[in-house]
Amino acid sequence: MLVYTMRRVLGALPVLVLASILTFVMIDVSGDPLADIRMAQPPPTEEVLQQAEERLYLDRSMPERYWLWVTGIGGNGDIGLLQGEFGPSTQGPHYDIGAAIAERLWTTLRLVGAAMVFALGLAIITGVISALRQYSKLDYTLTFVGFLALALPTFWFAGIMQAAGVKFNQLVGDQIFATIGDGRFRAEGAPLWDQFLNAFAHMALPTIVLMLISFASWSRYQRTSMLEVMNSDYVRLARAKGLRNHTVIRRHALRTALIPLTTVVAIGVAGVIDGAILTEVVFQWRGLGDFFITAVDNNDSFALMGWLLLSGTIVILANLVADLLYAVLDPRIRYE
Amino acid sequence: MSENGMSKSARRDPAKKRKKSSADQTQLQTILIRFSRHRPAMISLVLLGIIALFAFLGPFLWTWDHTVYKEIPSNQPPSGTHPLGTSAAGHDVLGQLMRGAQQTLKVAFTVSLLSTAFGSVWGATAGYYGGRVDAFMMRVVDIFLIVPLLVAAAAIAGNSGAGTSWSAIALIISIFSWATIARVVRGVVLSLREQEFVEAARASGASAPWIILRHLLPNAAGPIIVAATLLVAVAILAEAGMSFLGLGIQLPDISLGQMIGSARTAVSTRPWLFYPPGVLLVLICLTINFIGDGLRDALDPRQTRVRR
Repeated sequence: MLVYTMRRVLGALPVLVLASILTFVMIDVSGDPLADIRMAQPPPTEEVLQQAEERLYLDRSMPERYWLWVTGIGGNGDIGLLQGEFGPSTQGPHYDIGAAIAERLWTTLRLVGAAMVFALGLAIITGVISALRQYSKLDYTLTFVGFLALALPTFWFAGIMQAAGVKFNQLVGDQIFATIGDGRFRAEGAPLWDQFLNAFAHMALPTIVLMLISFASWSRYQRTSMLEVMNSDYVRLARAKGLRNHTVIRRHALRTALIPLTTVVAIGVAGVIDGAILTEVVFQWRGLGDFFITAVDNNDSFALMGWLLLSGTIVILANLVADLLYAVLDPRIRYE
Repeated sequence: MSENGMSKSARRDPAKKRKKSSADQTQLQTILIRFSRHRPAMISLVLLGIIALFAFLGPFLWTWDHTVYKEIPSNQPPSGTHPLGTSAAGHDVLGQLMRGAQQTLKVAFTVSLLSTAFGSVWGATAGYYGGRVDAFMMRVVDIFLIVPLLVAAAAIAGNSGAGTSWSAIALIISIFSWATIARVVRGVVLSLREQEFVEAARASGASAPWIILRHLLPNAAGPIIVAATLLVAVAILAEAGMSFLGLGIQLPDISLGQMIGSARTAVSTRPWLFYPPGVLLVLICLTINFIGDGLRDALDPRQTRVRR
């Protein structure tokens, strides 16, 4: 198992390196970090431009810049991923990209995590029910709901949920759902229960929105996998032994049917991150979505690279965990 | 779309076709008949056709296009002269909707074409050669799969400032969506290349590009068509998301995502600005997904539905 784990981790490294090259080249080629300065009125002097170029390392060649971005050797101490520095920002010398990401990472990860957990739970339940009652009215309804959820644009649904939340608050006459902001600062220092209530009020609607996109495809997947297992020989054997239906489903079928879901969920992480950006914008959270938009608006190349590489790393890690889980869960896989 | 209407119109269709004897069917006929029996897919095809007519013919028939007119009063709820109301700046929402749907469809189908063309050649080449070539080419695919599609595309579009014309948007989305196709095609080709007809072609001296283009890809057509169809829906949502963030198609041009983006704060005060573009987006994606499902059943009955 240890060898297998090591091999998987080592196998993920080249992917990470290639991903960093892709991210760097794409952002570096596509944008001009100095665009805002060049457009300024009155036009900047040659000196100002040169200073900015030097500060952003634009006076070096692209391969040099990539090497600098990764290692930070030969820089001014504000660059080098391996040293934990994300590089200088166009948003001023005092804007620390790494600190900004760290500050917002928790906000976004909290939302992504909650949405994934709930989506997974709901997907398993509905998928199994759909499979057990194949071709029933319930199955058709759930299938249609799944198709509908797959076709829903996240941000549109988020807008509807936000409006519905406001309506609901008016109806009840109390602020049950907070429809704006992530509520990070309001609860500081409050008793634990109040903090929980505050977090719930802010998180409930965005979580529902974000949950729905991944729920749909995972539920379809769970249904297929459950159907496959229910028609297999060993489940028939378990029934033939005279085990109760409930035991067969829970102890025999469901356990096997859950295995393929790990891969699907890992692949789905990228989609959830996409959705989180949109959801955060609608609900005006100050998370990584807001960070991303600000970075794009400011042509902040290093911030964008850092962001893309971070999300890429999260997806790679998720896939790695899925691979390892797979090896633990599926006895058919040998890991020598 | 009521349940009753669905069943009636679809039941009539296969009955007509069943009169033909099944012995003298060509492969294409078999596929068409199988597809026509897929009720949701047939309804979706008709619906998508209507939406396409609305998007591409509508602008020629309707009085207003998607631009600002000073004759149009601002912020009017739906009325006889403006069936879907007007925007704050003085747009006719119906005119905007037609243009928006048109841009959305153009982007989505271009993305699907470009990614499918490139992705299937990439995947087939990797699958045909195997070994190190395959390992390297699929690593590249992996990398394009791990960057979140929407974020990456939005970053490029926003960073380069290219996010104004629909063709630029289509190109950028394609860069990040061909990898799914490549993966599907490689899987199919891996099993195809072991079959006798490929060996025969090789034995008679056919070159690798010839085998890939003339033998492998046509035989992988089923899964490719299905994946391409489903990619259309993915592209639509990606474009809508980009335009919603303000990094896709931009004013004075319009897309459905951008319409929703600008109506975001008016959900309850001016609902006629917010709901129509969203409903249209959902309808387009829904029909395309159903068509994809029907195509899968018709072309490739063994494959189970696996979607990213």
